[in-house]
Amino acid sequence: MSGVIRKTAAELADALATGEVTSVELTQAHLDRIAAVDGSADAGVHAFLHVDAEGALEQAAASDARRAAGQPLHALDGVPIAVKDVLATKGMPTTCGSKILEGWLPPYDATVVAKLRAAGLPILGKTNMDEFAMGSSTEHSAYGPTRNPWDLDRIPGGSGGGSAAAVAAFEAPLAIGTDTGGSIRQPGAVTGTVGVKPTYGSISRYGLVALANSLDQAGPVTRTVLDSALLHELIGGHDPKDSTSVRTPVTGLVDAAREGAAGDLSGLKVGVITELSGEGWQPGVMSRFQESVDLLAKLGAEVVEVSCPSFVHAMAAYYLILPAECSSNLAKFDAMRYGLRVTPPGSPSAEDVMKATRDAGFGDEVKRRIILGTYALSSGYYDAYYGQAQKIRTLIIDDFKAAYDKVDVLVSPTAPTTAFKLGEKLDDPLAMYLNDLATIPANLAGVPGISIPAGLAPEDGLPVGFQVLAPVLEDARLYRVGAALESALTQQWGGPLVAPEVAR
Amino acid sequence: MPEITRDEVAHLADLARIDLDDAELDHLAPQLNVILEAVASIQGVAGDDVAATSHPIPMTNVFREDVVEPGLTPAEALSGAPEVEDQRFSVPRILGEEQ
Amino acid sequence: MTETLVPFDEVLESYDPALGLEVHVELNTATKMFCGCPTEFGAEPNSQVCPTCLGLPGAMPVVNGKAVESAIRIGLALNCEIAEWCRFARKNYFYPDMPKNFQTSQYDEPIAFDGYLDVEVDGETYRVEIERAHMEEDTGKSLHVGGATGRIHGADYSLVDYNRAGIPLIEIVTKPILGTGAKAPLVAKAYVAALREILKGLGVSDVKMEQGSMRCDVNLSLAPRGTEVLGTRTETKNVNSLRSVERAVRFEMSRHAGVLNAGGKILQETRHFHEDTGTTSPGREKSDAEDYRYFPEPDLVPIAPSREWVEELRATLPEPPAVRRARLQAEWGFSDLEMRDTVGAGALTLVEETVAAGAAPQAARKWWLSELARRANDTGVSIDELGVTPQQVAEVQKLVDAGTINDKLARQVFEGLYAGEGSPAEIVEKRGLAVVSDEGALSAAVDSAIAANPDVADKIRDGKVAAAGALIGAVMKEMRGQADAGRVRELILEKLA
Ligand SMILES: [Mg+2]
Ligand SMILES: [Zn+2]
Repeated sequence: MSGVIRKTAAELADALATGEVTSVELTQAHLDRIAAVDGSADAGVHAFLHVDAEGALEQAAASDARRAAGQPLHALDGVPIAVKDVLATKGMPTTCGSKILEGWLPPYDATVVAKLRAAGLPILGKTNMDEFAMGSSTEHSAYGPTRNPWDLDRIPGGSGGGSAAAVAAFEAPLAIGTDTGGSIRQPGAVTGTVGVKPTYGSISRYGLVALANSLDQAGPVTRTVLDSALLHELIGGHDPKDSTSVRTPVTGLVDAAREGAAGDLSGLKVGVITELSGEGWQPGVMSRFQESVDLLAKLGAEVVEVSCPSFVHAMAAYYLILPAECSSNLAKFDAMRYGLRVTPPGSPSAEDVMKATRDAGFGDEVKRRIILGTYALSSGYYDAYYGQAQKIRTLIIDDFKAAYDKVDVLVSPTAPTTAFKLGEKLDDPLAMYLNDLATIPANLAGVPGISIPAGLAPEDGLPVGFQVLAPVLEDARLYRVGAALESALTQQWGGPLVAPEVAR
Repeated sequence: MPEITRDEVAHLADLARIDLDDAELDHLAPQLNVILEAVASIQGVAGDDVAATSHPIPMTNVFREDVVEPGLTPAEALSGAPEVEDQRFSVPRILGEEQ
Repeated sequence: MTETLVPFDEVLESYDPALGLEVHVELNTATKMFCGCPTEFGAEPNSQVCPTCLGLPGAMPVVNGKAVESAIRIGLALNCEIAEWCRFARKNYFYPDMPKNFQTSQYDEPIAFDGYLDVEVDGETYRVEIERAHMEEDTGKSLHVGGATGRIHGADYSLVDYNRAGIPLIEIVTKPILGTGAKAPLVAKAYVAALREILKGLGVSDVKMEQGSMRCDVNLSLAPRGTEVLGTRTETKNVNSLRSVERAVRFEMSRHAGVLNAGGKILQETRHFHEDTGTTSPGREKSDAEDYRYFPEPDLVPIAPSREWVEELRATLPEPPAVRRARLQAEWGFSDLEMRDTVGAGALTLVEETVAAGAAPQAARKWWLSELARRANDTGVSIDELGVTPQQVAEVQKLVDAGTINDKLARQVFEGLYAGEGSPAEIVEKRGLAVVSDEGALSAAVDSAIAANPDVADKIRDGKVAAAGALIGAVMKEMRGQADAGRVRELILEKLA
């Protein structure tokens, strides 16, 4: 494996700045890596649904020209990136992992993508995901699953398994993910990578194909905390095209990461969430988690236990709010204006064509959630379900507020277990949903969260994720704490975790 | 906590414009009931005194100036269309009526 | 099925009508409700669209502040409360002309509510209570191909243009209007006319019913005379002229009575109004249980108009119609009857503008309420959409005052205006309508008239001046009307003195 792809994005930025490497060279190196390990739906990592070698190399050449002229657009100008297939990319296929959008070429760029282009990052391609981001294993992709670089028989998490696996397998130094209930953090946890869900509204959702509008948030997927900070600052900020976009500028994250890496957390109060542990939590996950908590204490942090009683209702509220919003969001996929059109025999009406297309174009999980959401919104049940769920949301926000009166950050394991085997929970929706137990509350409350690698579970040797949650708009705390823990752990391990499947 | 019957699922699928066949209905109905049982736990958890939250970050009055911005060309607009005629989206005959 | 219609007067012997009016008004903002696309009428298909109004995956709405301002001003002009806090909601239903398959509208939190509008019918004032005025977006337009041309039913397929999709609409809904009895059709018409007057005064819409920028749904039900219980209502859709509003109410009253008298049941359904026959035909069956699965639009944030803003907007409201009417009546010296007729004909603003353009109030009223009102009635076009402007009417009157033409010729000038033959002056020129002032020609015509009617001439010589009329008629006939009747009379009397 060529050395250059092992570098972090920050290191690559420096290498580009010093002229040690060109963007074309390292873009090509990552394209070669993709060709070597990504394989197909049937074998290999299968992190990518679409690879744009030509486009990426063109952008890389343009970046090198800018560097030569001494006019880079950004520190990361020329560092290639992979984008989750849920973000609209002008002229590049955008399928959301669904058959119903097969071959759709958006006529516009998502704001996040526009920011990447404006900063000069070559876009390697689009990464695999559960269909319309519904899932925790990427097995619900209509184009075949992504496989975990730590064990190709296991899931890479979801919905953003493609972005996490691409980064874990060194197919890309950076990736964009989206997190509605954990789709950035949980894949990060099970692939041994770093994933950040920023404060709701701090990254534009314009061009992000909505799953649940009031929960969705795009964010960085990287191998290091510093790389996430660099990417987070790049894609963050107010967007007039997104009415829910907050005006507070997204700054100070890189500084916070650098400060944290120095390893002093004295004065920081850390709260361990009581409700996110205990029965159903894998022992190896808990032992690694406890190890990290102890490390934080060693670095000077004061650790206390904090109870968030309403969190036990988070999953139920989530699985009412999400299906309700997505049942309406996905109504637009009706075969009239774009995407798949299935025309049944005879002289079918528009209604017949819509029904046939949506039956053929949507997978089981999507249908399940659309039906569930349609039910939850039906006049007879609105108050009992959607209305009630929105109230639970208030209770969870109150729990966070109360907790943050006592502590600066909250911590928990990112996911209850390590990566499970492909197919293991495919037809057991509820078991699948349990993966997001620890990540969902942050989405319901809009608070930011990060998952960083906490080592390998002794019983199966698979990565465990450590989650840090901060108050709304206090994303910088994630980076301070995350970077501190990261440096302490990598010292302990004598280097970063590297997925064995790709070390070959 | 009402069970969703198979017929109800069929009705919901109709509302959602998904043409589910019998096999799918048989498969889906029980799964939905399992999920509904799980989520039913929240009923009665929050009383009338609790306000509903529709946005995690409360904001109001986000408006746009009434100024024309460039949109798509007709070609771009129609680029993804399954069928086009006379610069319009061609769609099968429409049964219902405007509401 | 054939329905026996009960004569209108008989309907009232056994039933009380309950009216309800839902009016959709397209705002005249420069851009759409939730995106920056232009709103011009009649642009080439799908040339005024963007990812948002086309419902492309990932696109998001942003509220047009000007549309909210217009909505609040409309609410205030209709004496409504303005919500301290309200939201948009999604109305979910599938329809090909609706790009997202939900309409972004308002549900239980309208921006304006609990208002009223007083309308006058035959000197009586009726208070129409406004339940709500809310903001929403328009749909695209479908062209139906094959089958009975243009009709949706029996069409082979349809072609959709989304230029109209997302144009801001205000939906104004009345509470049930009771106690109008025989006046129901007129009250309905007067309400819509008054609403148009207000909206025009606010300058928030061009309120062209023919172009669909103002669309009216007429709800009607009958209750057994003297009872309070509302009967089942029908909703007659897209009734697109004032005259049609009146006719639709009239027809539905007769039809409902027919069904009920025959012991039948009124189906809760939408109806289509047919301009040609003045009848309605059944549309879609509509149940109250229709499940639109409304929920708050998660891509938009709530609207909370500050009271300061509301008061600023209140200050921009034009003079209330009643006050304005009183002022104009005083300025013009119209009698109550003249004033009522002017208002009733929906000609108040037209007369005002005609006077502003230099015509005498009585003259302005005369033209609008006679010639032009007749024309409007004959063509079934509302009087302000005849294509004749107040400026033109004033110019016609100037020509009359100048003696260039007389009233009779003026009617021909209007013919020319209907036909779009140019300005009144040009029409007089082209059609050669000017009164002949050439004395020579006139007296020649008089002489020949006298010669042709010796017996009449003798009568006049004997002092029977009244007989002059016959000669005047003869002269005018010869001059093809293009003579000043007064001058002709003078000449005749001179010559036969
Ligand atoms: Mg409406
Ligand atoms: Zn638009």
